Amino acid sequence: MTEATIPDASERDEQTVGKPQLEKKVSMSCRNVDVFYGEKQAIFDVSLDIGKHEVLAMIGPSGCGKSTFLRCLNRMNDTIDICRVLGSLRLDDEDIYDPKMDVELLRARVGMVFQKPNPFPKSIYENVAYGARIHGLTRDKTELDEIVENSLARAGLWEEVKDRLDDVGTGLSGGQQQRLCIARAIAINPEVILMDEPCSALDPIATATVEELIDELRQRYTIVIVTHSMQQAARVSQRTAYFHMGKLIEVDKTDRIFTNPGHELTEAYITGRFG
Amino acid sequence: MSKLQKAAIKRRDIREAVEQSLRARKRRSWRFRLVGLVAVLTGLLLLAIMFTSIASKGYSAFERTEVLLDIDLEEAVIDPEKTRSEEVLMRADYTGLIKTSLRKLFPQVKKRKQKRALYRLVSTGAGDQLRDRVLQDPSIIGSRVSVWLIADDDLDQYYKHGDSQSRLKDYQLQWVAQLNADQRLRTAFNSTFFTAGDSREPELAGIRGALTGSFFVILITLGLSLPLGVSAAIYLEEFAPRNRWTDLIEVNINNLAAVPSIVFGLLGLAVFINFMGLPRSAPLVGGLVLTLMTLPTIIIASRAALKSVPPSIREAALGMGASKTQMVFQHVLPLAMPGMLTGTIIGMAQALGETAPLLMIGMVAFIADVPTGPLDSATVLPVQIYLWADSPERAFMERTSAAILVLLAFLVLMNLLAIWLRRKFERRW
Repeated sequence: MTEATIPDASERDEQTVGKPQLEKKVSMSCRNVDVFYGEKQAIFDVSLDIGKHEVLAMIGPSGCGKSTFLRCLNRMNDTIDICRVLGSLRLDDEDIYDPKMDVELLRARVGMVFQKPNPFPKSIYENVAYGARIHGLTRDKTELDEIVENSLARAGLWEEVKDRLDDVGTGLSGGQQQRLCIARAIAINPEVILMDEPCSALDPIATATVEELIDELRQRYTIVIVTHSMQQAARVSQRTAYFHMGKLIEVDKTDRIFTNPGHELTEAYITGRFG
Repeated sequence: MSKLQKAAIKRRDIREAVEQSLRARKRRSWRFRLVGLVAVLTGLLLLAIMFTSIASKGYSAFERTEVLLDIDLEEAVIDPEKTRSEEVLMRADYTGLIKTSLRKLFPQVKKRKQKRALYRLVSTGAGDQLRDRVLQDPSIIGSRVSVWLIADDDLDQYYKHGDSQSRLKDYQLQWVAQLNADQRLRTAFNSTFFTAGDSREPELAGIRGALTGSFFVILITLGLSLPLGVSAAIYLEEFAPRNRWTDLIEVNINNLAAVPSIVFGLLGLAVFINFMGLPRSAPLVGGLVLTLMTLPTIIIASRAALKSVPPSIREAALGMGASKTQMVFQHVLPLAMPGMLTGTIIGMAQALGETAPLLMIGMVAFIADVPTGPLDSATVLPVQIYLWADSPERAFMERTSAAILVLLAFLVLMNLLAIWLRRKFERRW
């Protein structure tokens, strides 16, 4: 097979296909977002709504900007000095990039799970209790115990670790570590959870566990997940967004994207012609 | 020839070629390993030579020669008025008593010059030794006691190492032979070496003063350079904006680490002593100078330790909504601690062995008293070694080596401490 070439979309100046905007139950809304790394533009004019209690999957070839966009949603890009974000990003009608916005508060409301499981090199208990501690959610030990137990239970990890909460979190298996990170994120009850390829370092069985978990978490949280696996996007998400070279090409209901894509690039990607 | 046969031949050729190149590769890696092994063994051999050379020269300084003398503690000489007050007992002429005892032991010695040579067999510190004995128990005044007294360094060297290069005269050697025959000579543990300060008399010289001086200097250096260095490293690595100024600071820190240490001594002399008026030869100034010297080492090591903390931990903390300060102090610092401590202890070991900058600020003076605080005049162990190495007496040579042994022991201890701390604080992620 010849090497797949990624079609050049940067010259086309067309609207996003599908339904990027929602009428009601909007959790986050992004309008005309441009992201620059120094002189290089990474995201071009993306407008997208994220609905409450939905799982939005973001797919696209490597380097298409989906992770960059995800990291704009809780301002993790702030840690990169040369990164500039333009446009409007709102969480419940509050401007995320307002200078008056506290990043710490924002990140407490918009949690994040990373590609590689990254528990702190502390005990399982401390990992989950950390958010509650730094944000001063409780000073009561029994209340903290409760938070830890509930979060671990919701992450489907409680039964496996309840007898060794004092063990180091980094000693768990990869899948358990990732669920621990999810438990850590939901311990402070965020509104939105951002997941950046959460299963790319896990084996198929652990992946299945985490995917089930994501489906359950939808009841309480809004979830934005970046994934390279189209099967995963199809399995866990309600809406899917297709990114291509920094542009949002198409957003629609997941089954529609996978059965009847509205844009030729989307179709080419999901049928495996490149990417 | 069928296609299959051709392919088989081709495969065999490839196999031969790979085997041939594999032989060459194996030879090369074997050669490289041999070179490495030889390098390590050479290093170990040189180290062993150095250690045996120093130890064989220095071990004898841990023993001293003592002379057994019977001394009449005449009341008429020590305390004629029978007051038994400490002041009188302190001032009494104990050296005279020792001389009398020696004259009794060798009645054949008549000439003044020879008498003086006889007295010189016993150390000038023997009188103090006798005085301490009497002060401890004044009831022995009036009786005749047998005391082991410190021998003079010439006798000490002769007794321990034989007659080559001995400074003793022939007639002195006869007396020594007589003392030896009467079993009035022995070697005992040289406690003076650890309890006394410096002295012009080798048999009375010890490293206590230098050790105390080193202790104060290191204490001040550690107390200043650890918090300063670690804070500077944290600020530069985690908080400072990256711009031309921080680049300039970084270049300067790296350059400072390579500045000859004596330059720091000159700076200390100019700033701390001449400008700020701090006392000369004081451990305080020594500590300040060595702080300047070790700061770059600690900053560079600490920054490397901070840099080695994986970014995933930082992202995890930030993603949870931790502030930058919380991230640094709760997650990054604990993980960087072992590296920082190792860097600090290496810096301290460097400071402990440093001589040149201390010469510039007057810590090279002859100081007999053991310092009691960081403002007293003092010297440090490596400078003491330098001073003794300069002395002409043979007995100082073995003391030089012995002091080096003590310094090396402390350095080994500090390095072991560094390894232990690193093991203790090391965490996996």
